[in-house]
Amino acid sequence: MTAEQALVNSTETASAQPANGLTDTDAASSARQAPRVGVFICHCGINIAKTVDVERVTAEIAKEPNVVFATNYTYVCSTPGQEMIVETIKSHRLDRLVVASCSPKMHETTFRRAAAKGGLNPFLCEMANIREQCSWVHEDREQATQKAIEIIHTILEKVKGDEALEVSQVSITRRALVIGAGIAGIQTALDIANGGHEVLLLDRYPCIGGNMARLGETFPTLDCASCIFTPKVVEAAQAENITLLTYSEIEEVTGSVGNFEVTIRRKARSVDESKCTGCGLCIEKCPTKVLSEFDRGMTTRKAIYIPFAQAVPNVATIDKESCRYYKTGKCKVCQKFCQADAIVFDQEDEMITEKVGAIIAATGYELLSKDVYGEYGYGQYPDVIDGLQLERMLSAAGPTTGEIRRPSDGEVPKEVVFIQCVGSRDDSKGISYCSKICCMYTAKHARLFKHRVHDGQAYVFYMDIRAGGKRYEEFVKQAITEDDAVYLRGRVSKVYPRGKKLIVRGADTLSGTQIEIAADMVVLACAIVPSPGVEDLARKLRIGYDENKFFAEAHVKLRPVETNTAGVFLAGACQAPKDIPDTVAQAGCAAAKVLSLFAHDHLTSEPVVAWVDEEVCSGCGLCIKACSYDARKMDQRKRVAIVEEVLCQGCGACISACPNSSCELKNFRSDQIVAMVDAVT
Amino acid sequence: MKYAYYPGCSLHATAVDYDESTQAVAKALGVELIEVPDWSCCGSTPAHCTDELLAAALPAQNLLAAKAVADQVVVCCSACFSRFKFAQKHIEEKDDLRAQLSETMPIDEIEGMQVRHLIDVLVRDVGLEKIEQAKQCDPQLKVVCYYGCLLTRPPKVTEWDDPEDPQMMDDLLRAAGMETIDWPFKTECCGATFALTRTDIVLRLTAEILQMAREVGADCISVACPLCHANLDMRQDDIRKKFGVECDIPIFYFTQLLGLALGLEKRDLGIGRALVNCDELLTAKGLA
Repeated sequence: MTAEQALVNSTETASAQPANGLTDTDAASSARQAPRVGVFICHCGINIAKTVDVERVTAEIAKEPNVVFATNYTYVCSTPGQEMIVETIKSHRLDRLVVASCSPKMHETTFRRAAAKGGLNPFLCEMANIREQCSWVHEDREQATQKAIEIIHTILEKVKGDEALEVSQVSITRRALVIGAGIAGIQTALDIANGGHEVLLLDRYPCIGGNMARLGETFPTLDCASCIFTPKVVEAAQAENITLLTYSEIEEVTGSVGNFEVTIRRKARSVDESKCTGCGLCIEKCPTKVLSEFDRGMTTRKAIYIPFAQAVPNVATIDKESCRYYKTGKCKVCQKFCQADAIVFDQEDEMITEKVGAIIAATGYELLSKDVYGEYGYGQYPDVIDGLQLERMLSAAGPTTGEIRRPSDGEVPKEVVFIQCVGSRDDSKGISYCSKICCMYTAKHARLFKHRVHDGQAYVFYMDIRAGGKRYEEFVKQAITEDDAVYLRGRVSKVYPRGKKLIVRGADTLSGTQIEIAADMVVLACAIVPSPGVEDLARKLRIGYDENKFFAEAHVKLRPVETNTAGVFLAGACQAPKDIPDTVAQAGCAAAKVLSLFAHDHLTSEPVVAWVDEEVCSGCGLCIKACSYDARKMDQRKRVAIVEEVLCQGCGACISACPNSSCELKNFRSDQIVAMVDAVT
Repeated sequence: MKYAYYPGCSLHATAVDYDESTQAVAKALGVELIEVPDWSCCGSTPAHCTDELLAAALPAQNLLAAKAVADQVVVCCSACFSRFKFAQKHIEEKDDLRAQLSETMPIDEIEGMQVRHLIDVLVRDVGLEKIEQAKQCDPQLKVVCYYGCLLTRPPKVTEWDDPEDPQMMDDLLRAAGMETIDWPFKTECCGATFALTRTDIVLRLTAEILQMAREVGADCISVACPLCHANLDMRQDDIRKKFGVECDIPIFYFTQLLGLALGLEKRDLGIGRALVNCDELLTAKGLA
């Protein structure tokens, strides 16, 4: 059916002329005139028409007062569909529109544009969702049809009360904040900076680099991680428009897209960053040793430390928890030896406030602790290590300078068992997802072990091999064919020590036999979990996270780097487990989103915001407490609460909080809502 | 402290030494155990392998009988303990099972009954401090605690302290002055009822447990289950013949070791009833 046919088939209703007899020449109606509403009912192919009798809906809706035009069409969102709307606004002098089709999340913009093209204020166009909220979720055609009619009735009530609204323009701060400086954050920062914008690159640790700085070599090419990563680290450090904020945490975020205001806690290093030369003398002299977090407990560091040799910035930090001076009030050895006079014991955390237009969360991942696996010794067997510990061993800059040596006695292990899916895909540990990267890094570990220990033997216990990716399957094949790794399909039930060996007891489900391997070392591919503290950050950024605490993207397929908070984007493993290629791609995508945001001169602000009747407002201030966006303030002179329209997100929290109904949300006024409820009751 | 006491068939027969030592230790520590009047079989393996209703009904029947004595029933045999705990869980979770049972017994009355293992009662109710105070000597015994399978697993049913590395028996014996050795075979399988049908499997499994106990330097093994005791104690000769390994290691119920520390008489603890002779060990440690 074409648009023309649709027009012919449509029903000119009895209420075509305004009931009060006035002629309405102006498309934008005044309140005195009876509204002239046009209703367009969409079949959405069979998505709606299969369950909802659209002809009957059209006939019913056409009977409504104020509806001067009603029709149905296969795809109202199609170009002819939109043209039909534009034409009908003109031909029937419509002053309001209802499109009964899908969720406004899908096509509100489409139809409001069509409305504008027809000369209507776009905010006088509403959508009635008869697909997601009706046809898709019901089977009974009779009842679904009735419900569709009722849904349209409610929206008719709303549209009749709608007012023409104007969008306002807001300036953009073209400056981005990247939270987390691993490969995801660094790549995002570089891409935005190279696009010509200033970037703040923040990390809570004393230096940038994240987990990638720990790695030895990378799949599927086996190039050394440092060789490909340090150029990026150095570039980020040297870029004129990137400011590093290490040892810093987000305290508070206010404002909204284009104009965030972020309070950042710059934690006291007890070292003056501008004076410290990174000479390391203080570290040499410090008497207190603690386990190195960077080496995942396989070596020690001092209480004053630089996490690793190539750390950026190359500045010492005092760990107050273990420093003898902070604990006992005596020592200060570091200060005595520091020739740059950089040690400042009374340095305090500093709060800084920065304005940014976009924020990218790139907080990365952590490995599930092996201490929770009783069957593998609760982390008590020193030669049962996790994947990142092996990475430190494999790293030329690591504690063994790249040699594989077992932690217990430093001997070179000959038989090494790798266990995949430790925690992953294991509901009993509360993790039902696949950690995605372990199949590949375990194959890499098995290969690198063979490359280092030629007479060694690697065994890999796996559930399934998931090697989807460019040159990934081939890489795993090579582990088996070239590097003689023995792949055993099955789970390991227990690892226990016997003499100097670790007995690994498992099942080979392909041959149906029980397997016992006397291993020298066991490597666990522990599940990837989000970094600690993400819930708190999510709250501050006003973004969501899923049941596994990975940050929630706005749409899993179509908006994978956006969040539901405009201006906040995601990059890397904080969104879901990811390998380096995927992380770099996603980081670039997040940067592209930021760059396209920054390409605008102004942002248009949504006019559906709160509004205050100053004569009724008692100035109690409850709305200010209810607002998450800092948009409600007190006018001290008038003693009434006001709305900062630029900041208001139209959530309605202040409206419900207001005890004397002095505030309303534009086009969601109480009288409209009551009329909508009345329409179905 | 008053508890109903469900001995089960083993403690009145093959594991009479477990019963004797339980009664003696309880008496010495002021734990009043009153045998469940007219108790019957817990159902054991045959019931739960064949009929879910029977497997729930038998423990339920015994819980009802125990309720006449106290709200808490102490069970020593790991298998009985497991069956009681399973029955409670199933009755709680399955409405149809509860409905079926209610046709023949006032099933709601057992709600809130607590099934306790003796180790749990001694550690949590009596308390390690009191046991430390009550001990008469520090038996210089190096002990490995063997929990077997049914005390700790499945964890959601038995609610023991830790399914992979349980500690309660270790804590108890340490409080009584013994050295308990941390070892990896606390919850290995002893072969259980395969003793009758596939003795070869039991021989292999128990041989490994006994050997590991020797390797880690234990003088003896402490157990809490009559079947574990039987498999570990009775097979040592056969293991020697079949595998040519010397394992000769005495097996005690934890109650017997506790009794020794409390200064009780060996005969009151049923010591000497086991097949592996422990005289030499106890003499060497001054416990004869």
